Amino acid sequence: MSTITTDTNAAPQTGITARAGRRALQLGEFRGLTLWVGGVFAFLYFPICVLILYSFNESRFAMNWTGFSTEWYGRALGNRAARSAALNSLIVATCATIMATTIATAAALVLARARQFRGKSAAMGLMALPILVPEIVTAIATLIFFSTLGIRLGLGNLIIAHTVFCIPFAFLPIRARLQGMDGALEQAARDLYATPWESFRLVTLPLLAPGIMAGAMLAFVISLDDFIISLMVADAGSTTLPVYIYSMIRFGVTPEINALSTMLFAVSVSLVSLYWLFSRPRR
Amino acid sequence: MSAGIGGGLAESPRGRFLALAPAMLVIGIFMLIPLMIMLAISLMEPNVYGGVHRQFSPDAYVQFLFQRDFDDNLVFNPGYLYILGRSLGLAGSATLICFLLGFPVAWYIVRRPAHQRNLLIFLVTIPFWTNLLIRAYAWIIILGRGGVIDTPLHWLGLMGPDASISVLYTNWAILIGLVYTYLPLMILPIYASLERLDFRLFEAAADLYSSKWASMRHVVVPLALPGIFAGVILVFVPALGDFISAQLLGGSRRLMLGNLVQLQFSTARNWPFGAAVAVILLIFVLASMLAYLRLNRKTGLELSK
Repeated sequence: MSTITTDTNAAPQTGITARAGRRALQLGEFRGLTLWVGGVFAFLYFPICVLILYSFNESRFAMNWTGFSTEWYGRALGNRAARSAALNSLIVATCATIMATTIATAAALVLARARQFRGKSAAMGLMALPILVPEIVTAIATLIFFSTLGIRLGLGNLIIAHTVFCIPFAFLPIRARLQGMDGALEQAARDLYATPWESFRLVTLPLLAPGIMAGAMLAFVISLDDFIISLMVADAGSTTLPVYIYSMIRFGVTPEINALSTMLFAVSVSLVSLYWLFSRPRR
Repeated sequence: MSAGIGGGLAESPRGRFLALAPAMLVIGIFMLIPLMIMLAISLMEPNVYGGVHRQFSPDAYVQFLFQRDFDDNLVFNPGYLYILGRSLGLAGSATLICFLLGFPVAWYIVRRPAHQRNLLIFLVTIPFWTNLLIRAYAWIIILGRGGVIDTPLHWLGLMGPDASISVLYTNWAILIGLVYTYLPLMILPIYASLERLDFRLFEAAADLYSSKWASMRHVVVPLALPGIFAGVILVFVPALGDFISAQLLGGSRRLMLGNLVQLQFSTARNWPFGAAVAVILLIFVLASMLAYLRLNRKTGLELSK
């Protein structure tokens, strides 16, 4: 890479600090700002720290700290109902992610690149619909739909419902990647007599891969963490982990819930960190 | 620009159709049609065992405002209006608090060096990607009787051993839950619009003897309005339809619209009423979206003048 390209790539990222001198930055300093921001971050992370800390609590009452113990992790991992709920969550999230990401990639290839065509804004609106409608409304609409038509596919119902609301989350990073992509390489491939399929497979797809990975991660986390839609749509045999945790919370607060939650939290954070690495603009 | 299948798909009508069809079909069949059915159900008569009689009836919407007394007369019943009011009030307060907490954070982050900025933004999003349920649950441990806040107060003797700050199962607890849940959605768009701001304007204002607070009010905030509006809508809309905060932190008597809807499909088994409340919720969501689009267009015009 030449220095020129590196510079132009870096320019939009440096933002304010590049355009304004040190003086302007100092002018923007308000008294107590750092304290305020520190407070907000403390507010954001305090509950998570409490949750994790209390998962190591020896006492069987979550709120009463008596000593350090990893016993509850053992309990949580040995809990058969929790294990089967976790397995359901994984199956649903994996299937929904694969379907949603495939569908979203195809749609993004059109919506990010086509010039204005009739129905484009309607298509964009439909893509955004699952994000705009409150989750509880989606949940009961899906419930009514499945039960009116008598569709009982067990986990299948959940997979369909999750696929629908994962589509926009997979779509957004893929579209962002496509918009930032240079069409010249694909043009070059075509000029060198690559068939449309070859240039797609050998040029477009590899360039798009980080966007697709980012979209898939996001879809997976969204599906794994979904609670309301799963609560309403799932039947007794296809409980997911969040729904199971909810049923435990209703019987009271125990460190076992904290242990389960901490593990779910760890999975989500690892995936989001991966997403962050994939979606960062390359230097 | 048009090359490969990506380009080919985008340009030929047939390719466009084939690539868009799966997304449109899946969302159309499993989202749009269910919403239509829900609208239809809200205009039918309830069946005692759940489900509906296929007969037109506006009763579900009438029930939102009126009650039938023993003589079958309609009597005004403000109970459900209270729930609507609580939802609007809590969502509105949560939005305001998120703005007050979030704007300074966005302002702080945007003035850091690039590598720190990315990390700080990442840290803002982490809590957002953790499970909604777990986030509310963590607040139960903190606010509950004998919880994380009560315990040190007991130790210090500021409160009797059986006393509690009694915040859990109040509107305040719901509000804390809502702010905690949606705060990142306020910070991110404000950050995005501040990042595009030309900082020299702030410097120029200072050179013209504007105080910092005045420059903030007259220069920065107006230019960041698109991000602020986006943040407001991103917090207000999901907060209005929130279910978990009120369910776990509000106890069983402090319902929001989302809980009222859910109740009709679980224990109350009144589908048309539940569907009607969902439609009312959707109307408020749509109204906020339209207001947002109008405001955005207006400020866009003013800024470009």
